[in-house]
Amino acid sequence: MDSILFLIFAAIAVGCAINLVLQTHPISSALSLIGVMGALAALYLLLGGEFIAAAQLIVYAGAIMVLFIFVIMLLNAGAESKIKRSLWPKFLGAPLLLVLLGIIYSVIVRVLPSSEGVTFGAFRQGNALEIGRVLFTSYLLPFEVTSVLILVAILGAIVLAQKEVE
Amino acid sequence: MNFLIISLIKAAVVAFVLLTTLAYLQWIERKVIAHIQLRVGPRRVGPHGLLQPLADVVKLMTKEDMIPSHVNKVFYLLAPFLAVTFALISISVIPFGTEIHIGSFDTAMQLTDINIGVLFILGLSGIGVYGVALAGWASNNKYSLLGGLRSSAQMISYELPMAMAIAAPLLMLNTLSFRELVNAQGGFYLGFIPRWSVFQMPFPQIISFLLFVVAAFAETNRVPFDLPEAENELVAGFHTEYSSMKFAAFFMAEYANMVTVSCVGTLLFLGGWQPLFPEEYGARFLPSLIFAIGGLVSIYHGMNPARPFDRITLPVAGVVFLGIAAIFLIPVVATIILPLFWFAAKVGIILFLYIWVRGTLPRFRYDQLMNFAWTLMFPLAIANLFVTGLLVAVTSK
Repeated sequence: MDSILFLIFAAIAVGCAINLVLQTHPISSALSLIGVMGALAALYLLLGGEFIAAAQLIVYAGAIMVLFIFVIMLLNAGAESKIKRSLWPKFLGAPLLLVLLGIIYSVIVRVLPSSEGVTFGAFRQGNALEIGRVLFTSYLLPFEVTSVLILVAILGAIVLAQKEVE
Repeated sequence: MNFLIISLIKAAVVAFVLLTTLAYLQWIERKVIAHIQLRVGPRRVGPHGLLQPLADVVKLMTKEDMIPSHVNKVFYLLAPFLAVTFALISISVIPFGTEIHIGSFDTAMQLTDINIGVLFILGLSGIGVYGVALAGWASNNKYSLLGGLRSSAQMISYELPMAMAIAAPLLMLNTLSFRELVNAQGGFYLGFIPRWSVFQMPFPQIISFLLFVVAAFAETNRVPFDLPEAENELVAGFHTEYSSMKFAAFFMAEYANMVTVSCVGTLLFLGGWQPLFPEEYGARFLPSLIFAIGGLVSIYHGMNPARPFDRITLPVAGVVFLGIAAIFLIPVVATIILPLFWFAAKVGIILFLYIWVRGTLPRFRYDQLMNFAWTLMFPLAIANLFVTGLLVAVTSK
């Protein structure tokens, strides 16, 4: 059952990712990206990362992509026009892509330890309680530093966006 | 296999009840608004217009399904589908009552109890924006686009205070699962003050509840925050170009969102199915009392009818109410339907508040709306969260 669900959501994620690149209209691409995020959230859920799945859904699919769509709608961006391509990418594109995929595959095979694969549902520390405990004990310093970093980013955004005061 | 069959039955029951509620919520809204405005509301179809929702459904289904020629067809058709799907899914994590035990058979009154129920609802409400935003964009119409833009900006803005308001009671109740949230609100202080989040020590979440209710109005695009469909500015906003069932999908999504948000408010702040006052003071007999009084009043008015058809309809309603009152007195059934009664009563009160506000308040101006969210609600929500966190940290052992 888990493997079937994994295959379904993995297929959705990959299909949406390919569609994201192929589409010429920004809204279609943005919606495909939302599809990828949603499928990834489902995959996290299958692996037992409940909190990460919810965060993925709220932060990426919910908040960030809404801003993307909002900006696209506000600018009223039209479909991207096809430019005339040179001959090189046409003939060399596919072979080079295959070579790249081959290199990545061989590296992954070599680097990965030959241990057992992932068992669905075996990971039990993915709930909010465990994550909160770990964040505030083992990873307290990185957590606080990240929050300061985000605060700095927010202040920067406000300073950049504010109108000139006479 | 047993689990699958039970789940299917529960899903069918919940879907049926939810859809009926949505249809009749609209009837109740029309009636209540009519009486606020000194009209009588729908009364042609069936007694007191009770069959009006049915007539509306037939009307919407048989209407011509128009697709304007200038729209972006794929997204135009996708938008109502997205809106209604994400609005209806959220009911699956809402618990309606305690566990049922009948002999060896026991099940929870809930489709699924997930560990992250609250986050799930927040996530879905975030994704629900796409239906409205896409509808506005795909319609290729300036009014629709403005409606869609307004709604996305509004939903992003009000999601923040809403999430902050939700976080405060979560700090005190210490869980994200709806069922455990309600269980953590059981019991009474001094024997009569319920331990609901709005009354719970160390910091009663009254501010948080008010913020949640206001943000909920904005999230569901209801008056006074219904700028995405402000009819005197934008024709009908994002659904201007939609007709027949596609319009009905948006309509249904709005009401489904209302129901979900009311359920979440009830579960988080008003103690779900926990009764208002303890068993010793006769909490068990309250529903019977209310229904019996309602039945007797109906029968009395049936005896002295103001309108000719009241002579038949009101006594019938009265007898039905008395029957319901009697059902609440049967001990076996009462243990199952008492929690349901408390839950439905609280959800009903919040839903009535929605309708009441629609009948009384004018619409905000757009800049007022944004200022309200960012300069009043957001700081207030943060302050509330801070105080709650501090008090919880100080008082916890």
